[in-house]
Amino acid sequence: MVDSAAATTVRARLAAKARANPSVALGGVCLLLVLVTGFIEPEYLSLNGARSSLLQAAPLGILAGAQTILMLTGGIDLSVTMIATGSAYVAASQSSHGAAVAILMGVAVGLVVGAANGIGVAVFRVNPLIMTLAMSGIMLGTFTAWTQTILRGSTQVAPFIKELAAGSFLGNRLPYSVVLWAVISLILIWLLRRTGWGRLLYAVGDNETAVRLAGVRTWQVRIAAYIAAGILGSIAGILLAGRTGAVDLQLANAFLLPSVAAAVIGGTSIFGGVGGYTGTILGALILSVLTSMLTFLNVGQDIQQLVYGTIVLALAWGYAGLANRE
Amino acid sequence: MNRPSPLLTISGVAKAYGSVVALAAVDMTVRRHEIHALLGANGAGKSTLVRILAGVHPADRGTLEVEGKTANFRTPVEAMRGGMATVFQDPALIRDLTIAQNLRLSRTDPATFEQWLEEFDLGSLDRDRMVRDLPLDILRLVDLARALALNPKILLLDEITAALTADQAEKLFELLDRLKTEGCSVVLITHRLAEVMRICDTATILRDGCNVAELEVGGITQQELVHAMLGSPVDLAPDTQAGTTAPTTAGAETVFAVEELASGEAVRQVSFAVRRGEVLGLVALEGQGQERVFDILCGERRPSAGRILVDGSPCRFLSPADAVRQGVVLIPGDRLQALLPSLPVYQNLVVTLITRIRQWLGLPADERARAANAIDSLSIDTRAAARVRRLSGGNQQKVAIGRWLVSGFRTLLCFDPTRGIDIQTKGEIYALLRKLAADGAAVLLYTSELAEIPLVCDRVLVMHNGLIVDEQAAAQATEASLLTAAHGLV
Ligand SMILES: Nc1ncnc2c1ncn2[C@@H]1O[C@H](COP(=O)(O)OP(=O)(O)OP(=O)(O)O)[C@@H](O)[C@H]1O
Ligand SMILES: [Mg+2]
Repeated sequence: MVDSAAATTVRARLAAKARANPSVALGGVCLLLVLVTGFIEPEYLSLNGARSSLLQAAPLGILAGAQTILMLTGGIDLSVTMIATGSAYVAASQSSHGAAVAILMGVAVGLVVGAANGIGVAVFRVNPLIMTLAMSGIMLGTFTAWTQTILRGSTQVAPFIKELAAGSFLGNRLPYSVVLWAVISLILIWLLRRTGWGRLLYAVGDNETAVRLAGVRTWQVRIAAYIAAGILGSIAGILLAGRTGAVDLQLANAFLLPSVAAAVIGGTSIFGGVGGYTGTILGALILSVLTSMLTFLNVGQDIQQLVYGTIVLALAWGYAGLANRE
Repeated sequence: MNRPSPLLTISGVAKAYGSVVALAAVDMTVRRHEIHALLGANGAGKSTLVRILAGVHPADRGTLEVEGKTANFRTPVEAMRGGMATVFQDPALIRDLTIAQNLRLSRTDPATFEQWLEEFDLGSLDRDRMVRDLPLDILRLVDLARALALNPKILLLDEITAALTADQAEKLFELLDRLKTEGCSVVLITHRLAEVMRICDTATILRDGCNVAELEVGGITQQELVHAMLGSPVDLAPDTQAGTTAPTTAGAETVFAVEELASGEAVRQVSFAVRRGEVLGLVALEGQGQERVFDILCGERRPSAGRILVDGSPCRFLSPADAVRQGVVLIPGDRLQALLPSLPVYQNLVVTLITRIRQWLGLPADERARAANAIDSLSIDTRAAARVRRLSGGNQQKVAIGRWLVSGFRTLLCFDPTRGIDIQTKGEIYALLRKLAADGAAVLLYTSELAEIPLVCDRVLVMHNGLIVDEQAAAQATEASLLTAAHGLV
């Protein structure tokens, strides 16, 4: 009797702590997963293991950043992986003009497609799911046609991009792409916490009418959000292309659901107004550690998928439970 | 002294939300055949008690008894079975569904519901309208009809009159009187003491989560009621009177004017001008086009004819942003339209400071100071400030007002700004409106509480059937003279 009462209070106290500091709770989950993975494959608990997990997590974290920004406004971008693929394609085909041009052209894809998504959602009031899903289809069709025509030629990426995506500082210890992710993370966190635009993202997601009546042109906020998401998609795509060395139309496909899952696990609500990028970073790390763990487990693809799905569900549910009990 | 037997007995009920103690210990008895007022300042715990009675939240301690039997409701369904029906402070309908869908969801008996709607002359209301497209007063009456359709023993009404016009409230009171004789008791929460004097039999007063008095309304004056509520024998009159010593604004320049405004059937022809330093009142019965006028003035809707003039030059407002840039700002009648419910009080207040793209990459340096000022001058209770959703209704209303104090404005459009605000703070808000005017603003004040007019306004317009039918000097306006005009009898 006494024991169970004590157990309940301990649990209640833990739950209260977790509520007050969701990042700490997520960090704990991440650490636990790392240890479990290390238990399965002792090699993993080394600099190399950490390095490979971070390398995995960088493009995912950047794509999840795009989802975080949009989910805060109550939107979502199902075309973000197609934007990544398209940007990678364009960057590869422009490789002959040098890395700078290639990267700029690649990022331009994200900018244009993001703006189109934003105009559709904010001005023409198309549902974001439908708008971005349609955009993804349109892009796939367009790029399939273009690979036969104007984009024919090189699918190899420029050496600089390869170096950026796969190379490292300090004798192969600190990958450039992880540093790039860190810089992007700092910018995103600054934008969300310390700028007027960041404030408005939360506010628009929470109650658009209140923001409109405050005198804000909310469509501007939304379009800017979709453009930012597009640019982040491009950057992630270029990194992915650099890592594989060559591009194809399936390049970033597998990242779509994880990019949403990372944001959800990190505590960003798909209904808008609640969340942040710190959580998303941890979400991306958790997912990539989980992927490593499943690879080491040496089980079939089907079991891997099953375990992956279950853990993602449990984490999202646990988070929702925490958030609702206040 | 032969009082009817108790129907509902509440003893020692306590409730805390985290570290915020909403109810410390409440005892209250509701008898048969009685309309029982539950009074208290904003944040006193009235809505919390209602939520406990309705089975939404469990009490931390204490017991409820209905007809002598213990009834600690754990779910809303249990409470309904126990004979409770509730109209909550905020509309409890799902905004993205139609009325018919909402009724089906809550398993409301359609026939009885219809009957009650008829009582409020809403028989013609289209059941397939989306809830989000309906005005607040209609939603309140739909909530009420839904509660009545449960055929309750006890009806809990949390500030239902706040969003009703004078004629709707009068109809409600007649209905409550009838229910009372038929054996249903009513718990009525309101900040309008005249209503308490008009229909209530008993009043329980809450202060800081405790019941401090129970009064027989029949034997006391409104003044005594106020004293019991505020604890100390404060006289509210000087406070509110402060407003009436208005400087004469006759010579001041016109800041905001409309000429021959029209919009469909609702607004046929409206012209008026508000001068610098003036508070212009607007009075109307339910549905005379006042909502539409405010929608047009704040840029939410375009007029079909007529002009809006700011400082004498015509302006076209294509969106609220255009109006705000001209210094024309709105405190909407439905405070949910001005709140960011999951964000802190502070961010709600300063959102008006970042309306332009060039403000996107920074934050105003003095925003903290400005927000603190607004919190101060409206005495917002910030015990639950981390999310505006958790504030008491009155404090939410103050946030809806406060966000414009933070940014400043030249013309303030207020649609019933004191909805849900307690009597003491009301006095402070009247004084604040006068001060804003004295500092050079022009204020247009629509109010459903006619007693406010002489306290705050300089002039008052009366609207009827889409037309301005009368203008009176506010100091001479009485409830009777205003109502006569509002019925179109001038
Ligand atoms: N979910 C919640 N979480 C934290 N605090 C809450 C919550 N709900 C209410 N409170 C706090 O409980 C106190 C009482 O609130 P309540 O809504 O009962 O007041 P009220 O008497 O109805 O006031 P009003 O007249 O303004 O409607 C307030 O301080 C409020 O901030
Ligand atoms: Mg309340």
